[in-house]
Parts: sequence; structure tokens; C-alpha cells
Amino acid sequence: MTGDPTMRDVFFEECEDLIAALTEGLTAMRDGRTDSETVNAVFRAVHSVKGAAGAFALDDLVGFAHTFETVLDHVRSQRLALDDRILHVLQRSGDVLADLIDTAREDLPTNQAQVDPVMADLQSFLGDAPADAEDFVFEALTLAFDAPDDATSTYVVTFAPSAAFYTSGNDPVLIIAALQALGPTRVSVDTSRLPTSLEELHWQDGLLSWRVEIDGLGSDLPILEVFEFVDDLCALQVSLRSADTDIPDPPQAGTTAAATADDVVDTPSVDPQPDTGDQKARSAQDRGGSRAATSLRVDPERIDRLINAVGELIINQSVISQRLQQANLPNAAELFADLDDYKLLAREIQEGVMAIRAQPVKPLFQRMLRIAREAADATGKLVELITEGDATEVDKTVVERLADPLTHMIRNAIDHGIEPPDNRAAAGKNRQGKLRLAARQRSGSIVIEIADDGAGLNRPKIREIAVSKGLVAEDAQLSETEIDHLLFAPGFSTAKEVTNLSGRGVGMDVVKTAITALGGRVAITSQFGQGTTFSITLPLTLAVMDGMIINLGGQTMVVPISSILETVRPKAADLSQIGLNNTLLRIRGEYVPIIDLAERMGQSATPREMTDRVLLLIQTDSVPQCALAVDDIFDQRQVVVKSMQGNYGEISGISGATILGDGKIALIIDPEAVAQGNTAYAATNSQNGRDVSYVAAC
Amino acid sequence: MSQLAELQKSERLEFVTLVAGGQNFCIEIKQIREIRRWTPVTVLPHSPDHVLGVINLRGAVIPIIDLAAKLGFAKIMPTERHVIIIIAVEDRIIGLLVESVSEILGVDAHTVRETPRGPEDTTTRAILGIIPLGDDMTKIISLSALLGPTNQVAA
Repeated sequence: MTGDPTMRDVFFEECEDLIAALTEGLTAMRDGRTDSETVNAVFRAVHSVKGAAGAFALDDLVGFAHTFETVLDHVRSQRLALDDRILHVLQRSGDVLADLIDTAREDLPTNQAQVDPVMADLQSFLGDAPADAEDFVFEALTLAFDAPDDATSTYVVTFAPSAAFYTSGNDPVLIIAALQALGPTRVSVDTSRLPTSLEELHWQDGLLSWRVEIDGLGSDLPILEVFEFVDDLCALQVSLRSADTDIPDPPQAGTTAAATADDVVDTPSVDPQPDTGDQKARSAQDRGGSRAATSLRVDPERIDRLINAVGELIINQSVISQRLQQANLPNAAELFADLDDYKLLAREIQEGVMAIRAQPVKPLFQRMLRIAREAADATGKLVELITEGDATEVDKTVVERLADPLTHMIRNAIDHGIEPPDNRAAAGKNRQGKLRLAARQRSGSIVIEIADDGAGLNRPKIREIAVSKGLVAEDAQLSETEIDHLLFAPGFSTAKEVTNLSGRGVGMDVVKTAITALGGRVAITSQFGQGTTFSITLPLTLAVMDGMIINLGGQTMVVPISSILETVRPKAADLSQIGLNNTLLRIRGEYVPIIDLAERMGQSATPREMTDRVLLLIQTDSVPQCALAVDDIFDQRQVVVKSMQGNYGEISGISGATILGDGKIALIIDPEAVAQGNTAYAATNSQNGRDVSYVAAC
Repeated sequence: MSQLAELQKSERLEFVTLVAGGQNFCIEIKQIREIRRWTPVTVLPHSPDHVLGVINLRGAVIPIIDLAAKLGFAKIMPTERHVIIIIAVEDRIIGLLVESVSEILGVDAHTVRETPRGPEDTTTRAILGIIPLGDDMTKIISLSALLGPTNQVAA
């Protein structure tokens, strides 16, 4: 089994879920919402990791998980009281466990330097808590969830294999033999569900159920381990029977009332179907709990293929509608009504497929809890990270590609934003800083905010640094927003010394690049002494975009609607020349530079009067406002975005391509790059309209 | 030439021979996805001379390269009679515009010879080896040498 890569993959995929459950539980415990179910959930997660890791001979992982699990077991049986210290160690153990899983997945050697101190901490709890069976007998009165009241209690196991149990090659005899190995057992079989006539008997149907009593066990763990690999395939109940009473759990009443071994148990409690009503009591709590949410595991590639196919469908739909319009059919009204239905259906399918890709940001945010904790520990600051809008759904790719920028921003906020506790106290603030990570949907976009209540941006200092690093001229007049955006300039770092936390040679410019690559924008608002808020605006999906279809020198192109403020057909009076080549547009008292898109796209300049053209007023992060001059506007519609990078490479000013109704390709303009490149482009003013620095790989 | 050695590992090799810039070349058949007639392209801004533009190949955006220009010959003036060879190299799919495609050539691996060392130019750098054909010979194009590493944007 160790050699099977697909089994391994499944194991690691499950580990991701388990770690998510673990993190969630630990967070709840940290927030003081500790109840037996939470502790149990955490315990189960660690236990499942351990069990499965054992099957793959991941010894480091098993060893750590075992200690972790033992401590959790003591917590759940209330032999260890939850205090801040133990909570902290548990959190760190969760982190270490996640790291161990990651290193095991990559087949890397274990980072003992990281594991050992946490392991030692865990063991320190076991040291002063009674570890062996005799000792905790005296603590039985704590009435923990399932604390055994006798070190040698008798457990009653009822298991009813389903048909799938047999078809997957399992044998009840082996299970029973494994149980017998645990201690003295009494086994009985329930044959009540067997049909009376032989014709009706299908031997694989799983009509039998067994009841095994095992003496002399300290906990139910060994039993659950026996059922580790078949727990989906049989209905299982494990309950404790104390030595002197004969009545264990309520669901067991039917079984125990029937005294003789082969007697009838015709209550539905031993229905071989898993997870029927009565079974919930123990089985759901012990194993089913972590599987409560039903979900499908699908290879992302399959979804991508589906998305591509749906993209084709949308293109095909517009091809057909264009053809029909050209055909000038008589009495085509009905046909066009049908065509509209087709269009609606195609859209519906598309939305449905996109919804498959949508994922809540919760796991991402949970990872950030850890980042914040580590950053706070490393800087000695007190920080509480509050997440909001965990359930907000974003395209899977966006979630994945947000992890790095968010990590960086959270670290930055803690390292540079939030002040040390003493400074905060002096400023009359709570010693503990607050960091808010919030996600919400706003009209076709996702907004993610990272807000700290720290010192706020020190604008004079940012300016000073930018000047000293030669990023801006000394006499430059900069607005507050422009100063704020200097943070994103490559080579800018405000930390006086490079801390090992956020100064890793990458700056906020990397954050900005990553977010821009996702088609998003970053905005900063900051109040000196009050805090800073970074808001990231992202498109809901990367695959489809609302675009304005334009004509540029006979070539059809697309400009994303999201960046267009308005379209203007300029009058001569609104235009004023600056020098030979530059024109300004006056609009509502403001002067806005005009960029000739045709020239920017390297088309040979056919001088055309600005008044003949259409101006698209656009706004981007870097350039406040500018107007793109295009030849015509055709239409406004949803386009399917195709990446050019895979086969070709990056092209300056182009973010991708789409396929039009007639099957031709239209390039999608990247307004941000066009606006940004404007100054650089004018400076080099290359003769043939070809900018050598952007020559792609081909 | 490790690439050539790689090629010579297999016993029997098949190539598609083609004409670009008036000369004979060939491409290993395994690297070819399909061959299609020239269709008009969408021109890309800021592209080098040998990049003609992109086409829609069943929903994928495929760049088209003028093989003659890329090898240092004069540019091909594409007409309906010209041919595009769709190739797959590493993860990329790219179309090569050529003057014509001639035949499928099957040879024993040992007949493939190393390119004789001479003065290097754009063309010889992209040649993996040569195959003698009676009185004539044909040159094997190394697609990875021709197209460079994946996704590298020249700075």
C-alpha cells in the first residue's frame, strides 16, 4: 500500500480536510467556545491523521500525532485543564502537524528543530498529568464525555457490515479476530434479518450483524482502529458497559435485553445501512462527524475541461446568432426567440459550472490565522486577527493565488502596522492590536480588506524613503494617494532594518503584481495613528469578463468594462493640444491626458482627427484618469477570456484574447498596462511602434 | 548533441519534410499535431517580424510563426496555398507557416548525422542533424532550439 501513489494522494487530500477541521476546532477553543464536541472533533482529526499516516509508514508524523493525540485525550477527559499555555501549545502543535504533513507529501526530511520543542512542550503536559490507566481511575468523577469509570471496562461493539463491505473484499472474521486480540471477548451474531426461504437469500447482502463484548480495555481507541478502514462500509456502534450494570447506551437496549446469543434483535438499531437515525448516537460522533458535509472530490482538470467546453458553447451561440442575422431569413421572429432561450440556457450552464469552481475563502482565511499568530510571536506584539465573510465564494484559482499576497500583507500589517504593546498603551489604545480580514461580494467583484488599528502610514517618511531611493524626484508634488502607492513601487521597503519577518527581499510590489495578475486592484486608506486599510478588489471569475468591443484601425479588440468610467465623443472645444503629440481632454473642469490606443498597439499612425474618434475614460490604480482614443465602439458583451501566456508569452498592453462570434480572435486590452506604459512609451518613442523590451518568447 | 543522441535511441524515425525559404527541412512526426491551410491571423502588437499573429484553433489561441523568417530567410507572403504545421513543444502549441509540406520520411536512426561544424547562423543553430537522401539531404529542425525556453520574456 505504501507504494501506491494514488492512495497517497487521497491520504493527503483527506489530510487537508482534517487539518481544516483541526484548525477550526482549535480556533473555537481559543475563542473560549470549548465544549466536548469541539475537543472531540480536534481529537478525531489528529487521530485520523495518525491512523492513515501509519498505513504509509510516515513515522515522524505518526510519532508526533500520537503525542498530540494523547494530550488531546487528556484534555477531552478533563485530566488536563485548558489554560492559555496549553491552548498555545495545541495551536502550535496543529501548525507542526500541518507542516509534517506537507513535508511528508513532498518527501522532504522532517525539520526536527521545529518539531522537537513543540513535542517537548506536549510531553511536559503528559509528565504532570497522570499518564497510565491506574491513575485516572480516581478522576472518573469529572464526568468527561466518555471517560471510562474503570480501567478495565467492558466495551460493547455492534457492527453490521453493508453489502459494500463484502464486495470490497472484507471479511467479518478478520475484524472479529482483530477484536479478540484486544482482550477476552464474547461474540454473538444476529441472524434476524435472514430471509426465511433460501430463494430470497443473497449471500452478499449483509444481513448479519455481530455483537462483540470486549473486556479489559482502557479506551475505545483500539476498537476504532480495528474499524479504521471499514468504517464507511458498516454500521458501527461502540459503547461502554460498566462492570456491574448491564444497560449500556440507550440504542443498545434492544440488544442487551435479549439475553441469549443468537436471539432476535428486531429493533432497527442494527440496521446494516450506515448512518440511519438510531445509529447517529455514537457512530456519528465518533467517525461520521468529520464527514458531515457531503462533497464531491473532483479532479480540477475535469472542471477546467467543462469550463472550456462551456466557453466554446457561448462562443458557438454567438456564432450562430450572428450567422442567422446575416442570413436575413423571412419570418425569423420565432427562431430568434428560440435563440434567446438558447442564450439564456448557455448562460445558466456557464454560471452553474463557474459555481463549481467557486470556493469559500474560509480555508484561506484560516491559514492567515496561523500566519498572524506566527508573525505576532516573532515580533512580540499582541495581535488578534478577526475574520469576516468566511463564506464568501471566489474562483478556486483566485483563492489559490491570493495566499501569497495575503500572507505578505498580514505579515506587513503586524510587522509595520501594529505597534508594540507598550507603544499602544502609551497612545491610549488596547495593548492588543486588532487585525481585520474581511471578504464580501460587491456587484460582480470580491472585496477583501485587511485593516489594522495600528499607527497608520507615516506619509512624510514614505516620501522621504522614496526620494532617498530615487523612486521619485525630490521636488515632486505628490498627493496622499500617490504617496500611499509608493509602497507598491519596486525596491521600496519602509522597515529601517530588514526583519526576518517581512523583509525577505520581496516588497509590496510583489503583492501588487500578484493581484494585478488576477485582474484585481489594491487601494489603501490610512489615518495617521488610527490604522491602515488595504482593500483588494477582484473579479468574481477569471474565465468570463464583461467587455466593450471596439474597433482599432480595422482590428476588433476588447476593453474590460470594469475599468471604463464612461465613453465620450469629444467636440473640438473639449480638446487642447500640449506640444506636438499630446492632447488633453477637458471633462467637467478636469484635464485628462489622451492616449492613442492605435499608436500604443503599434499600428502605423494614420492621423485621424480626435473628433472622429471615441474616447474611453478609464481609471486605474496607478494613473488616476486617462482617456483611450479608439476608432469605434461596437458592442458590450460577456467574453470568454483565453490566456495568451501559455503558448506565446506576455504582450505589453494585452491581457489575453477572446474568440468572437465569427470565430476570429480579438485581443483584450489591459488598460492598466496601457496607462502605465504611456509615460515610458512616450520616452522611448520607438520608431516602428515596436517595443523591444516586450518581445515575447517566440 | 544530447538531443541528437536522444533521437538516435529509437531505431526507426519518421519525419515530415517541408520547404521553407526554398530549402528542405524536416520535423519529427511525433511533434506535429496537425497540418492545416493558411487562414488569416489576428495581428499582435509589438511582435517580432517572424510572429504573424494568432489564430483560433478550436477555441485555443495559437501563435503563428513564419518559419522562413525565423530561420533567417525572407518573410513568406502567405497565400491560400501555404500551409501551417501545428506543433506541440513542451507545453506550448504553436503554428509554423511553411511554403509546402512534401512527404513523410521514414529512416533508420543511424542514418541521421550530426550537423557538420561550420560558421553558425540563425539557421544552423536550429538544426538538430541532417539526413542524407540519395543525392540530396534534409535538415532536422530542433523545435526547442528554434523556439527557446517556454514562457521566457526577453528582457
